[in-house]
Amino acid sequence: MQILYTDVLVIGGGLAGQRAAIGAKRRGHDVIVLSLVPAKRSHSAAAQGGMQASLGNCLGGTGDNEDVHFTDTVRGSDWGADQEVVRMFAHTAPKAIRELAAWGVPWNRVQRGDHQITVNGQKQTVTEPDNAHGLITSRNFGGTQKWRACYVSDGTGHAMLYTMSNQAIAAGIPVHERMEAIALIHDGERCCGAIVRNLMTGEILAYMAKATCIASGGFGRIYRVSTNAIINEGIGAAIALETGIASLGNMEAVQFHPTGIFPAGILVTEGCRGDGGLLLDGAEYRFMPDYEPEKTELASRDVVSRRMEEHIAAGHGAKTRFGDHLWLDIRLLGKEHINTKLREVKEICQYFLGVDPVNELIPVRPAQHYSMGGIRTNYRGESPQLKGLFSAGESACWDMHGFNRLGGNSVAETVVAGMIVGDSIADFCDSPDGALAISTSLVEEFGERERQRLAGIADSGGSENAFELMKLMQETMTANVGIFRDGERLQEAVSTLQDLQRRSRDIGLRSSAPGANPELVAAYRVQRMLKLAQCVAFGALQRTESRGAHFRADFPQRNDRDWMRRTLAIWPGEEADLPTLDYEELDIMRMEIPPGWRGYGAKDYIDHPDTPRRQQQLDEALQGMERADRHARQEALMPFRHLLPEHLRGNNQRLGED
Amino acid sequence: MSDIPVTQLGRTLHLQILRHNPRDPDSEPRLQTFEVEEADAMTLFIALSEIREKQDPSLQFDFVCRAGICGSCGMIINGRPGLACRTLTRDLPDHITLAPLPAFELIGDLSVDTGKWMRGMSEHLETWVHSQGLEQADIDSLEESMEPELAEQLYELERCIECGCCVAACGTAQMREDFSGAVGLNQITRFQLDPRDERSDADFYQLVGNDAGVFGCMTLLGCEDMCPKDLPLATQIAFLRRRMVAVR
Repeated sequence: MQILYTDVLVIGGGLAGQRAAIGAKRRGHDVIVLSLVPAKRSHSAAAQGGMQASLGNCLGGTGDNEDVHFTDTVRGSDWGADQEVVRMFAHTAPKAIRELAAWGVPWNRVQRGDHQITVNGQKQTVTEPDNAHGLITSRNFGGTQKWRACYVSDGTGHAMLYTMSNQAIAAGIPVHERMEAIALIHDGERCCGAIVRNLMTGEILAYMAKATCIASGGFGRIYRVSTNAIINEGIGAAIALETGIASLGNMEAVQFHPTGIFPAGILVTEGCRGDGGLLLDGAEYRFMPDYEPEKTELASRDVVSRRMEEHIAAGHGAKTRFGDHLWLDIRLLGKEHINTKLREVKEICQYFLGVDPVNELIPVRPAQHYSMGGIRTNYRGESPQLKGLFSAGESACWDMHGFNRLGGNSVAETVVAGMIVGDSIADFCDSPDGALAISTSLVEEFGERERQRLAGIADSGGSENAFELMKLMQETMTANVGIFRDGERLQEAVSTLQDLQRRSRDIGLRSSAPGANPELVAAYRVQRMLKLAQCVAFGALQRTESRGAHFRADFPQRNDRDWMRRTLAIWPGEEADLPTLDYEELDIMRMEIPPGWRGYGAKDYIDHPDTPRRQQQLDEALQGMERADRHARQEALMPFRHLLPEHLRGNNQRLGED
Repeated sequence: MSDIPVTQLGRTLHLQILRHNPRDPDSEPRLQTFEVEEADAMTLFIALSEIREKQDPSLQFDFVCRAGICGSCGMIINGRPGLACRTLTRDLPDHITLAPLPAFELIGDLSVDTGKWMRGMSEHLETWVHSQGLEQADIDSLEESMEPELAEQLYELERCIECGCCVAACGTAQMREDFSGAVGLNQITRFQLDPRDERSDADFYQLVGNDAGVFGCMTLLGCEDMCPKDLPLATQIAFLRRRMVAVR
């Protein structure tokens, strides 16, 4: 078996992985990036509407800053997020935008003078001031108080990913394309690389590295209806789980995006609603203001998706032979706006629906979209259990999204986490802990184990079909672990997944084609995906409350008293059919914002006794600080800057604020 | 309001696919026909996935986003390069012939190595913003301002998804392995337009001022005709050629 050596192995060539790679490389470490596909085809490219960063340049963003972004994100998370990490994120996001601007991203800019905008179905005229002209502009998104999503038309992720990839090429970082990590190499305490399968030749090889960073994105493809790319099968998270040491956090926290086109599930951006688009029911009636008077179509995604499904269940959907759906109406935005700011949306509607959104309604229904859960890391992006293993972006549970991510915070997280974790990795490699003292015979052992696993599938003569099991898993997840969950259906999902997992040990192949062999790929992936799916279903079954995107019809209240805790899933061994769940307390006494109402969605929740105590503490901490600036006031509540790499600690300049 | 358009049901599609597995010493390139019952709103992505799942699990092809934005699934569809994921079968006749994109290394069946080609092009043409001190960029202060219109023009050229359809449709690219293709030349015009890139026309001339670059184009316009993103490729090449001639 060929063994390749490098300082840093990054698994995943999307925004997070490449930014972390650039960071580590700049600090003088050799980096190799592995990618299932050419890096520029990574799913980061699919982010359409924008990246949240509180620049506050345009009129709708006036008064925005890190404090407001922080508050929106914590509320969006339904108090499930790690608030220190949210602070680190909100503080670094403007820097990330500005770095990308310097690197070449053609962010849309503020144009001075009069503009027509659409708010609540009405046209309004706003006037952008002279001093903001030419600075980066932003659009409105759900769950935010300000227009904060910086964008490049509706191809934001594409533009970011191309710029990032080009900078990685400029830095001479090799991307080994069509390579799939199928196991992490470790000695029980220390991760030292991965066993990798070449998806062109089928060859097995090993990469040994001081630090391994998984940035492989989400696992949406465990669901049947998902906006995710078909490569988003979560194998990166699964191989971390299969170590039996590293844990996955909050796997039950799965986001459903309100506007997947129906029935294909392809995403159309939240920017449609941010720019003034409306949701209509089968009778073309605008229903969201009835449910959510405060934020209407622009409540957080979990809330809007639930309201949509509630409305459909009440019989108000548009009926078709594929099932019921609702309508997204962007006609009122006008042809010019759609042709310049929503052109990908227009193309998608044209090609997949035969619909021109300038004149016609878009059929939509919520679809699985994002994995808040993932490989649990500390604030530095390192697994607390397995030394030398890092994770960044959607594959990680860092945990800035808690139980619901805000639109535009995902691409923002990829780059911000890449910046921070890239430095953590470099620090680790520079430290005595970074030294590798692991024998190549251990590497050979892992390689042999994986070869035998693959041969076991190829030679089994088993009766089960990998594609069929995949389909059954996806259907179970969409039917029973979706937007509305309850104990009975979750129990059914857990049992079905146990059964499918048992059957997956008896997968046989019909094809023995040399090379990649797509059937073998499906077989070894579905075995791993079933474990992830079980972490989601079992975690959801055990969490007897509703929080963010995790909604239990049988426990409809958020329960801070019993559930201010993060789920940690560990896979106890190859023979196991359930994860071991452990819980990590979220300490309200360390929060900058103790739990409360989000400003939208349900108003009743079960309080935690610490909440009033912490609030009193915070009020006291601010006494006598009325004249201090906002940074000093924040520092008095929950200091965080010391957690950031030194070069990211400075204040962010804004118009009207130095 | 119109309903979702649906296909007239009842068609059996005949997909004739060029098969070859270069990893298999016994494999000979051949055409193989599969029959698929057409379904509502069926795309070539759905049809090919169904063939792999139900008829021939060894069939190789590439899809990633399946939404027309990542550029993975370029192939020759009834003689023309295009994105398979967003090609609806209802827009095609009963008999559909699929072949891999030419000019790229074959991985197997419909899968070709566009990634390697594009990376090579990117390294050769240095398709990134060249600017002194990028690593020390001050990211705490207000960003440099840019005219809104210029930002939109840059994005217009940056919408390229490197799918390779323009290369497959290019006469020069079939004859010269080292031709940069419309994909590369368009990217040069994108960076030439970008004030953040400090390179001069003389620098760009070093990269594309030859027959492997802008002077290799025979103006057959296949690139622009076949571009799934409708990029103004011929115009950009003409524009670049004029600038490069001026350098001489």
